[in-house]
Order: sequence, then structure tokens, then C-alpha cells
Amino acid sequence: MSSASNEVLLRCQALTRRWGGLIAVNEVSLALTRGSVHAVIGTNGAGKSTLINLLSGEFPPSSGQVELLGQDITPWTQARRARAGLGRSYQRNTIYPSFSVLENCRLSAQSRWQQPWAWWRNAQADSPALRTAHEVASRVGLGAVLDRQAGLLSHGQKRQLEIAMCLATAPQVLLLDEPLAGMGAEETERMLALLQALKAEHAILLVEHDMDAVFRIAECITVMVNGVVIASGTPEAIRNDPVVRTAYLGEH
Amino acid sequence: MQGKYLFVLAAFALLALWPLVATAYGMDLVAKIMIYALLALALELLVGSTGLVLFGQAGFFGIGAYAAILLGAQANAAPSLLWLLAASVLLAALYALAVGALSLRTKGVYFIMVTLAFAQMAYYVVHDTALGGGSDGIYLYTKPTLGPLNLDQASHLYGFIWFSLLLVFGFLALLLRSPFGRALAGIRVNEQRMLATGFSTYPYKLAAFTLSGALSGWAGFLYAIKDGFVNPELLSWHMSGAVLVMIILGGLGHLRGALVGAFAFALLQEFFKSEALFGGFAKHWHLGLGLSIIACVALMPKGLVGLPGQLRERLAGRLTGAVGAAAQTQEGQA
Repeated sequence: MSSASNEVLLRCQALTRRWGGLIAVNEVSLALTRGSVHAVIGTNGAGKSTLINLLSGEFPPSSGQVELLGQDITPWTQARRARAGLGRSYQRNTIYPSFSVLENCRLSAQSRWQQPWAWWRNAQADSPALRTAHEVASRVGLGAVLDRQAGLLSHGQKRQLEIAMCLATAPQVLLLDEPLAGMGAEETERMLALLQALKAEHAILLVEHDMDAVFRIAECITVMVNGVVIASGTPEAIRNDPVVRTAYLGEH
Repeated sequence: MQGKYLFVLAAFALLALWPLVATAYGMDLVAKIMIYALLALALELLVGSTGLVLFGQAGFFGIGAYAAILLGAQANAAPSLLWLLAASVLLAALYALAVGALSLRTKGVYFIMVTLAFAQMAYYVVHDTALGGGSDGIYLYTKPTLGPLNLDQASHLYGFIWFSLLLVFGFLALLLRSPFGRALAGIRVNEQRMLATGFSTYPYKLAAFTLSGALSGWAGFLYAIKDGFVNPELLSWHMSGAVLVMIILGGLGHLRGALVGAFAFALLQEFFKSEALFGGFAKHWHLGLGLSIIACVALMPKGLVGLPGQLRERLAGRLTGAVGAAAQTQEGQA
């Protein structure tokens, strides 16, 4: 596999989504490269989650185009995009609360080896999906609570599980919607270390409100206001951008 | 975990031994309940396992039953049991495939109404056309045969129904722990997440829907060859409702809930219909049945299958409550 960094994995061009008169995402173009974290910041309602939903295919764009690995995937369904290597996590926890931690991961991994016709096979017996589940669970730091019912995990652990389920599908691109939301300092550090480690093999789009974390980890930052990109660049450039300072970072 | 396998094994063993002690009436009753249990299992696959609540299961049941009789009447000699079964199941499955393909595009209460509408359509087709013989129904004059199996003999018929139920139960038990079954469970708990993980959920749901229709057709086939008679009531919404009540009464999310629920429902019905017990009031059996079902559902939210766990929890709660109260008294004294 060619894992040269700077390789563009996901690109969108002039992506737009209208809800009636409201333009939630307006002509947004960006490129995600392997080996880097691309953060999208902006106030609530700036269109960040809508952007993730457009990229992951949860609903179609009004206009514009999405490319994965050089291929136009705009008309693809969400499930097909996921199978092609687009993984996402949600802002709200969307785990399977009644399943065990391991089963949450195993079922997510099963999407790569679906075999729905094998009605006689025990899905929870040893299989590539089960091995993947063990691997991703311990990778995010949930190796000690594999049998715990996912709904009973702490908030931080649920966020870790979200990432594990995402990784279980072996994605190339990770679209992470506020993975640090509601986390304590220690949990945040652990998650940042994990993202830092994941960066090498993936292209990561990070929507996040924790500015310290964003400026520490991101190679590139895009600032959105009212659905429009007002600035995009390195953390240094964004920090010093006068438009951003007045519009978003709240300085005078 | 072990307990539930033992329960199912014991239940099938008891059902197998029942003809040794039962009267003709008792045997016929249990044979009928086993057919309802099979139908309830088919519905459980959708409602309990996949989270698709529908209100039209009777359509597939009735189509299986009518197919058995109409196709059976085509044959000159006694029709072959396996062929007739295969044909009935296939017809019910095809109908379910068509209904599912359309109705699964809707969700929630719309899905309930669309599936009900399709079942009503099937009901009026057999009720109002020459094909279905109208409201009087139609008869099967020659029962199908298979080797030494003679379905005119009550014990053979009972054995065949028992074996069918065992096969379907075993198949569904395996299916639900297979990758397909786990995907259905995922769809029940969080369909959005399944889509985001790369599962195209529509084909999964359609396959489950078609399979449920096929198994319902099997139950309908058994009903037709048991009584040698079908009428439009088999497809009515009362029937759909009764099966739904069975699986809720037994406990959603468990295959054995469908078995327990079918027996509980039918036995309650027998109880309230009994003139020996209720005399003239027995003709108002609907009232007693309805009230007792409301009471059951209110008192046992997890169904009959969940009752042992519910009692254990309550007992544990009372014990810790007592211990806590004792501790408080001691503290007060100190």
C-alpha cells in the first residue's frame, strides 16, 4: 500500500447544502491528506456537522462533489462510502448500548466480512471480525472492559468506543465529530495521544471545540462561519489571521 | 444461559410426550397452538429481533394456507407433501418480498399501516373473489402424503407439526447468532450506526421480511392440512393482532417468548371460553381474555420469559432494602 504522506485521500469541491432558504454549507472545498489532522472549527451552527454528514453521505449535497481516493463518490450511499474506507464518529454517542464493548467493535468489523448467507455460523466465534474487535478495543484503551455492557461505560469510555467502532471498519479517512466533547483533562490527553498515533495511517478530519487541543494537534485548520469558510491554513497562520481573530477567536 | 437451552429442550420433550396422555381434543388443541407458535416465531424475527413492528402477518399466514388448499386441489391423486409445502412457502415468500420491498421504504407507524393495508388487500382477494371461495372458505378433500406419513391420522399430523416447529426454532436460533442475525440486532438497536459502519440495511431488512413471510406461509400450510379447511378469517387483522399479542405476552427479544406466548394466549382463550367454568358468561370470553392480557402486560413488562428475572430483581431489592433498613436502625441506636 502506498502510504506516502501528503497523499490526498478525500477531497470535496464547492460542497453546498441548502435547507430551504438556509445555506448550511456554502461552497466548501477542502482536501484531507494521509498523515495529517485537518481541523474544522467554528461556532455552533457554522455547518461543521452538516459538512461531516455531507462527506459521509448521510444526506446528499445540494451541489458540489466528493472524491475518495480520486474517485467521484458523490452519488454513493452512506454504507457504500463506509465500505470504501470512510469512517465517521458522531457528536452524540451512537454506540449499541445493550451490547458488550467487544460486540460493539465486532459488529462494526463485521461490515468488512458480512457473509449474511452463512446462517449456521456463530458470528461471535473466532473470526477476522472478532480479532479486529480485540485489536481496536485495546488500541483505544478499552481492553480491560471488553465484556462490559456499552451503555454502562463512562462518558469518556463511550467516546473511546466510538473511535474503536470507527477503526474496526478499517477506514482510510476518519471524520471525527467532537471526539473530545465532555471529556476530562486526563481523558483528553489519552484521546489526543491516540489521534496522534492514528494520524500516520489515516487522513483525519477533526471537528472540535477544544481550541487548545485543536491548535496542538492539527496540521491545518479551516474556520467556518455561517456555512462559509472564512480562513484555512496552518495553526500559526490561523492564530494570526485578523479576520479569524475578530470573527471567531473572540479577540478585539 | 444454560437455563434457556434446558427450558427449550424440556418444552419440546414435553410436547413430544403429550400425545401419550392427551385426549383427542387435547392433542388437537396443542397441535393448533404449535402452529400459532410457529407463526409467532416468524413474527418475532421481525418485531423482536429486527425491531420492525408490523401489523399484517396474517396475510402471509393466510396465503400459505390458501395456497396449500388451492394447489392441493389441482392434483388428481393425493399431492406430495413436500412439494405442496415448498409451493405454499414459496408463494408466501414471494408475496412477502413484494410487500416488504414497498413497505420497508416507510418507518414506524407508517410501516405498520402499510403492512396492514397489504394484509387487508389479501384478505379481500380471498373474501370477495371466486378464487378464495368467499367468506365460507374452501375445503381440502385429499390430504397430501409423504412416504408412510398419513396425515389423516392425528398422531402423524401432530408429529409433523411438532417436527416443523422444532426445525424452525432450531433454524432461527442458529440464524440469530449468525452474522445475519447480529446485523439484524444492530439494525434494531441503532440502524443509523449500521449504515455509517457500512451495512446496507435495506437488503437485510428485506431478507428478514421475506424469510418471516416464508415461515408464516409454512404455519399457514400446517393450519390448512390440519383442518382441511381455510376461510378468510385467517388473513384478518384479528389474526395479525393475536400473533402480536402472543409475542408481547411471551416476551419480545426471545425466541422462546414466542413459544410461551402462543401457549399462554391460547390457554387463556380456552380458559375464558370454558362453559364448565363460566357457564353462560363464557360467550363473553373476549372480555376476560382482553382484561387478563392487559393485566399481564402491565405487570410483566418483559413478558412471561422475563418474569423469573423480574421476580429475582424484586426479591433482591427487598433484601437489600431490608438490610439497608436494618443498618439504619442500628445507626439510629448507636
